[in-house]
Amino acid sequence: MTAVIELAGLRKAYNQGTPVETEVLHGIDLRLEEGEFAALIGPSGSGKSTLLNLIGLLERPTGGRLSVGGRDTARISEAELTALRGRSIGFVFQFHHLLPAFTALENVMMPTIIARGVADEEAEADALALLDAVGLKAHAYKKPAQLSGGQQQRVAIARALALRPRLILADEPTGNLDTHTADEIFALLRAFNRDSRCACLIVTHDPRLAARCDRIVRLVDGRIAEDRAVPSL
Amino acid sequence: MKFRLPFAPLVALRFLREGRMQTFLILAGTTGGVAVIVFLTQLISQLQNQIVDRVLGSQAHVVLRPLEEANRRAIDDQGFASIIEPRAQRLRSIDQWENIARLAGGMPGVTAVSPVVTGPAFAVRGQANKSVALMGVDAERYRRIVRMEEYMVAGRFAVEGTHTVIGTELAKDLGLRLDDKLRVAFPNGRDELLQVGGIFDIGNKDLNRRWVFVTLPLAQSLLDLPGGVSNLDVTVADIFEAQTVADRLRGATGLTVDSWMQTNAQLLAALRNQSVSNNLIRSFVVIIVALGIASVLVVSVVQKQKEIGILRAMGASRGMILQVFLIQGAVVGAVGSIFGSMLAFTLLNVFSAIYRNADGQPLFAAELEFRFILVAALVATLVGLLSALIPARRAAKMDPVQAIRS
Repeated sequence: MTAVIELAGLRKAYNQGTPVETEVLHGIDLRLEEGEFAALIGPSGSGKSTLLNLIGLLERPTGGRLSVGGRDTARISEAELTALRGRSIGFVFQFHHLLPAFTALENVMMPTIIARGVADEEAEADALALLDAVGLKAHAYKKPAQLSGGQQQRVAIARALALRPRLILADEPTGNLDTHTADEIFALLRAFNRDSRCACLIVTHDPRLAARCDRIVRLVDGRIAEDRAVPSL
Repeated sequence: MKFRLPFAPLVALRFLREGRMQTFLILAGTTGGVAVIVFLTQLISQLQNQIVDRVLGSQAHVVLRPLEEANRRAIDDQGFASIIEPRAQRLRSIDQWENIARLAGGMPGVTAVSPVVTGPAFAVRGQANKSVALMGVDAERYRRIVRMEEYMVAGRFAVEGTHTVIGTELAKDLGLRLDDKLRVAFPNGRDELLQVGGIFDIGNKDLNRRWVFVTLPLAQSLLDLPGGVSNLDVTVADIFEAQTVADRLRGATGLTVDSWMQTNAQLLAALRNQSVSNNLIRSFVVIIVALGIASVLVVSVVQKQKEIGILRAMGASRGMILQVFLIQGAVVGAVGSIFGSMLAFTLLNVFSAIYRNADGQPLFAAELEFRFILVAALVATLVGLLSALIPARRAAKMDPVQAIRS
């Protein structure tokens, strides 16, 4: 099995070098294999979001090692980091974070437009297929504001998948949805994970959802307190 | 095949379209600014051209005259006091004027040279007599100095034999019509009977009363200047180069050489001051428009914080975000300049219908030179781009994590 991401002694401190320096993560060791479906749980303030930001290459760690797809990220430049992020990681945020000025279809095409500079027929067909897969083909030309919360989140998932990333990071993807819709979204992520073998790391507060993942990583006070596999049903 | 915009222009245009009210305000500001600048520039340049045209309509660009005669001190300077009286200037010819005319004609920047013999005379008809200036010219050559044919109200501007061309005022004063006879008398006792071959209206009553054109040889003999000319009138290609040409001619000939720029120094100074204040106004308008664009974009960057964060998370580089906001500035400038030029054109039409000359003609033409629009568009786009620089850099520097969380 190949590691999608590998963290070794990863640390993150804020306000470094000032009297209010606070370390949020105190050495995290974590390895996520291809096709894994893991939940990241833990109380508020335990550093879940920070860890997700680090893995998502949105922030740089202050210590330890982080490799994405076997590549050490410590020495690569800001621009390369941005490009690597675009290519290999898909984000699903708690609040869908779609671009309100663009249609659902355009939102799904956006990662491709960013990576290639401009969209083409192929990218559009692919985005439509993704929207079809999340059951929103009929809403492709609607703006996010015209969609329901569940539909918005489904567009966000389609967008996260646009460049076929090896890793999907989801920050409470069902946080503001009702249970029924939450289940649908979760099932969707699960289905993509099964079909495309991309790894998923899902931050969630919902123990019910966590229990349906393959693996649960529990973070407490910036340390991994528990990392266990969930016995399959 | 559908036309697809690349990332930066696509997002820039969508952001502009999304921020309707802001985009409208910023465009209105830019449009107004461009309109003011284009309108003002066109108006002032037209008015100035017209004034200069009018002034030069009855004047040579450069005039060569003989040097003035002066009394020289004949006594040595061993203590003898003396008073040098200024000398009366008699009418004299330019020495070897034909050579000088040829030399002037060959000088770069000179397009025409015309010999003129001019001197005082009285126009007499019946009991009436009027003091006039006799102008001996070669009609063909003089036309290239003053476009007399454009001013003719009767007859043609052509002199031959004892034909003459006079102004409307003189014609009215002496009750003359085409083909009527007119006597001119001179202080030296000579006189001649002339026949009116043409009547002109040069737009200046004084000149309409004073100028009496005859042939060069006739004027030479009447003014006792056989074979001579009292001055050489010169037309130059670029009227604002007249002074340079005049200086060069003075250096080459040693004669008294005056350009219209010296003769009308006050007018030129006024025009120049007008241009300076015009430039000042334009600069201020540009600055105000730039500040307007910049401030609206700064607000827009703050509003779009989240979107910027999302784009960055999806792999958009700092450079791409920078481009998005620079393009917004440039688009506002470019579109504003198109609307602004249209508004300026409307203003020019409205004002040219309202403002009229004494003769009822529009004070200026409602024309908009294409190069003005082009320059305005280029400048506005550049100003938009520069004004967007600060907001765009702010957007590019934004930390994606902070941006998304906000």
